[in-house]
Amino acid sequence: MGSLTLQDIQKSFGKTDVLNGIDLSVSDGEFLVFVGPSGCGKSTLLRIVAGLENPSAGQVLIDDKNVTTVPPAKRGIAMVFQTYALYPHLSVQDNMSLALQQNNESKQLIQQRVEKASDLLSLDTLLKRRPAELSGGQRQRVAIGRAIVREPSLFLFDEPLSNLDAALRVQTRLEIARLHNELSATMIYVTHDQVEAMTLADRIVVLNNGLIQQVGTPMELYNNPVNLFVAGFIGTPKMNFIPGDKLGLPNVQTIGVRPEHISLVESDGELQGTVTHVEHLGADTNIYVSCEGLEPVVVRVFGEFHVDQGASAALRFQENSALQFDATGMRI
Amino acid sequence: MSTVRNSISNSVASHAVLLLYTFIALFPVVLIVINSFKTRKAIFRSPLSPPNEETFSTVGYETVMKQGDFILYFQNSLIVTVVSIFFVLLFGAMAAFALSEYRFKGNTLMGLYLALGIMIPIRLGTVSILQLMVATGLVNTLTALILVYTAQGLPLAIFILSEFMHQVSKDLKDAGRIDGLSEYRIFYRLVMPLVRPALATVAIFTMIPIWNDLWFPLILAPAEATKTVTLGSQVFIGQFVTDWNAVLAALSMAIVPVLLLYIIFSRQLISGLTAGAVK
Ligand SMILES: Nc1ncnc2c1ncn2[C@@H]1O[C@H](COP(=O)(O)OP(=O)(O)OP(=O)(O)O)[C@@H](O)[C@H]1O
Ligand SMILES: [Mg+2]
Repeated sequence: MGSLTLQDIQKSFGKTDVLNGIDLSVSDGEFLVFVGPSGCGKSTLLRIVAGLENPSAGQVLIDDKNVTTVPPAKRGIAMVFQTYALYPHLSVQDNMSLALQQNNESKQLIQQRVEKASDLLSLDTLLKRRPAELSGGQRQRVAIGRAIVREPSLFLFDEPLSNLDAALRVQTRLEIARLHNELSATMIYVTHDQVEAMTLADRIVVLNNGLIQQVGTPMELYNNPVNLFVAGFIGTPKMNFIPGDKLGLPNVQTIGVRPEHISLVESDGELQGTVTHVEHLGADTNIYVSCEGLEPVVVRVFGEFHVDQGASAALRFQENSALQFDATGMRI
Repeated sequence: MSTVRNSISNSVASHAVLLLYTFIALFPVVLIVINSFKTRKAIFRSPLSPPNEETFSTVGYETVMKQGDFILYFQNSLIVTVVSIFFVLLFGAMAAFALSEYRFKGNTLMGLYLALGIMIPIRLGTVSILQLMVATGLVNTLTALILVYTAQGLPLAIFILSEFMHQVSKDLKDAGRIDGLSEYRIFYRLVMPLVRPALATVAIFTMIPIWNDLWFPLILAPAEATKTVTLGSQVFIGQFVTDWNAVLAALSMAIVPVLLLYIIFSRQLISGLTAGAVK
């Protein structure tokens, strides 16, 4: 229970085409993450799945049933919003039970579900409060609790953590991962944050220009990006792109090497340059090397590493780590 | 130090301005009220002094109570005002919700059309309105007044409310949809409570012109049974002699109900502001 299939979903707002044919299938119990640059249509796609927006063309199937014209409440889904969207005039308890009341469930069942959810998210002490009396993290937990009580087969999250501070974000991320294990429901999660995407996802969907660029496990995307966009989007610091002819490969348009796959050596490197800037992050060190006629190349060294600005350096690529792309940006 | 002194002189200045304004605004009202308790002679001899033992008189109120059925006039005014406000708020909020929430062809055009009434006074249509009321047999009924006042209040109400409804979080409404609330429930249970300050504002803006209106009661409902307070008071203003005691007494009494309504609405306004929306 909880599989989702999207068939050729298209969406335009007036003259602007936002989604240009999305085909995707999500299997039961999977944790799927949508990532992509701002404005690429992630939220729009999620809202189409939720039924809050009608697709201009295409079909949405949940558990192999066509739900394209079914209203949101009847799709067996729950959604958590970036802005929490709690009902300001209702207590936490009422916020969580509203959907069930609306569905004419018995008092007993509502009570039971609310208790279970508040146990799961440690909301017990907050049940009588209004949303205005909660902190941001607590509000987001209530919003997640409101989704849980409905026991949906499909959870939709639209950037649920982006209004939280860094520490809370990590904590809530772990909580969501735990929920996914315990509830074994299908979850679709939209985020800007690469770490969230990499740590939570079974599979990641990379969107750009209203099209799916690649779908795969986090490691597939990291190791085997199909095109320049995915290669550049996944991983921080960004992958270095170097024109092929600089490296003696004239029939390759671009060579991509991840910063962590380059090492600084005395001599005999693929490239030669001077160190322009060093960032010490504690666990690792980013070194910016400018080579003649190139964008600065970033080198990531694990642990502490000391090198002077202005020092000359040779760059050696780890074996088989360089990815080759053709003129259209596709992998060769 | 200088900031403290600045803030003191600032607040003295702002209080002075506010006090001056309050004085100007209240002066005519106070004048009406104190003179309504004086003898006719005292009104003209020293209009600015408060009533004393010698000049105190309630003759104005007595005349008002004797003349015509003032309780009925009050009742008429109240019915017309309250019912009109109710319809203005109801229909105004519904239209504003539709305009701000749904995307449909001609949305902007419809919004402009509905707001047009702000700029065009409804009195320009008096003749056709009267013909309409005659044709429908509504002359000399309170219904006629309520219909006209509802129409008169709607444009501003829609304009103000749709601005406010735009600001209600889209996610909140969507959360309601996912929880299975109907569009009506979303409107009543989620959006209306959040725009309560705006509703109170609109209610106050709508109320005053209706309560004070002389034009439409005179034209559409001048019969004894449907007279409003403002119209009822006119019997004391003659072309040659005016019974000032009675006029002032009637006006003083007419202030009370609006004042009460105003207090009710402004409570709403304040509690709405302090309830605090959730981000
Ligand atoms: N109601 C709407 N009317 C017109 N255009 C819209 C509407 N909603 C979204 N768009 C447009 O659709 C595009 C995609 O929007 P969407 O919200 O899906 O982006 P997103 O990927 O979620 O971005 P972000 O990461 O910033 O949230 C944007 O260019 C946006 O301007
Ligand atoms: Mg978005």
